[in-house]
Amino acid sequence: MTDTEAKGWFAAADRDDEAELVAAVRDGDASEPRDWPRLAIEAGFVDDEAEYYDALHEVTTAATSAVVTERERADDRQLVHAVRAMDDCRRTANELAERLAEWAGTIDEDAETGVEYARDLAGRTPDPGEERVVSLAARVAALADEAEDLEAFVERETPSIAPNLAALAGPTLAARLISLSGGLEKLAKQPSGTIQVLGAEDALFAHLRGQAPSPKHGIIYTHEAVRGTRPEDRGSAARALAGKLAIAARIDHYSGDYRPELEAELADRIETIQARASDDGGEDGE
Amino acid sequence: MRTVSDLPAGVERREIGGQERLATRGEPVYGEPTDGEWRAWDPTRSKLGAMLDLEMDVGLEGGETVLYLGAASGTTVSHVADFAGPTYAVEFAARPARDLLSVAEPRPRLFPLLKDARKPATYAHVVESGIDAIVQDVATRGQARVALENRQFLADDGRLLLAVKARSEDVTRDPGDVFADVRAELEDGYEVLETRRLDEYHVDHLGIVARPR
Repeated sequence: MTDTEAKGWFAAADRDDEAELVAAVRDGDASEPRDWPRLAIEAGFVDDEAEYYDALHEVTTAATSAVVTERERADDRQLVHAVRAMDDCRRTANELAERLAEWAGTIDEDAETGVEYARDLAGRTPDPGEERVVSLAARVAALADEAEDLEAFVERETPSIAPNLAALAGPTLAARLISLSGGLEKLAKQPSGTIQVLGAEDALFAHLRGQAPSPKHGIIYTHEAVRGTRPEDRGSAARALAGKLAIAARIDHYSGDYRPELEAELADRIETIQARASDDGGEDGE
Repeated sequence: MRTVSDLPAGVERREIGGQERLATRGEPVYGEPTDGEWRAWDPTRSKLGAMLDLEMDVGLEGGETVLYLGAASGTTVSHVADFAGPTYAVEFAARPARDLLSVAEPRPRLFPLLKDARKPATYAHVVESGIDAIVQDVATRGQARVALENRQFLADDGRLLLAVKARSEDVTRDPGDVFADVRAELEDGYEVLETRRLDEYHVDHLGIVARPR
């Protein structure tokens, strides 16, 4: 099928060059499999089949171990820091943008509030006496950029750390849930009722003091399954979503394989809950 | 009804913990009950174990070269490596692969590969041709496709031992319909020899034994 003959993992290096062999197993490919043990003996890589398999065991184990370690280093702690830093950058950018608007109002009649105005101002060549304001605007714009870069990082990394949670909640919400509970392992050990109100601690404690109704949802409110459901059914939707998120977090922590069926199950459940609006019967979600 | 002769050499039904159970000889892996060097092979935790326990004719005699797709943390693979010959274990997720490594460590003919079973080209330079049996247990959509794409590794008289998970294809459809579709797609490259629902041990799973056509 191909004009170049497929080459085996052992073709790249000598028997004793383990680093090179490990790299070949990790990153190599071939258009089709061949009788590698025989070819390795013919090529003089090893003397016999037993030696071939010994070498293969050694090298595949080392290669797998290297990739596993590498992937685990991009672990949930990194994500927690990144999502918190993202929120800090964004909050600080907004606060400074307010300060900036106040100050800029004294020198610029068209001063507006917000990060967008800060970007405009930062791009301006300052007249004498405006240097400090324009410089502050540049800081605000840079902080907002950093927040965006951090969000892109979170979106890229979350699926490899928590594939099911990221698929169900979206990468950013998944990272926030991990951050709020203090790590993937801790999230995996939370009951779904706790996940349901993560981020609504103030309301929850007000409720526990007997001053308020129980919160129906915390940060998972940002999920379309909750926000897209009419208010009287949001409790049900939040409960269903939190249940699936709890399962997803446990699979991500304890097993790590991706289960596409979770998404379909959630979609199915939410559809049922949202259908109540059109039925509009006497049915009530507790 | 005992049909011990149908089991591959190295797999036996033995009395362990007052119960007759499938067992292989090797290092214990997941705290399974043992009897001397024999360790119980729990069919509720292993689809291949269920296929053997339900007396499907998997065509294994022991000592075969095996390609195992979807090795996960190595529960089933450890038993396969106990009775088979060279065993290539493909798993895509890093976390279970960590466990797979400790399963592979005391088994010199088990080769762990952190690869995507949907992309055979990424391991065709390692896995040899003329494999005697492919065992496939991947929880992904397109399970028939994975089997077809990996057919190139299989010897002409080799066997595909496939556990189809209906819910990975489509949770909302009837498992029977899903199985019919998977089977029909499989016929593009395989002749199906036997199918059996594994519901006693694994809900909504179908065991398939096939050979390349």
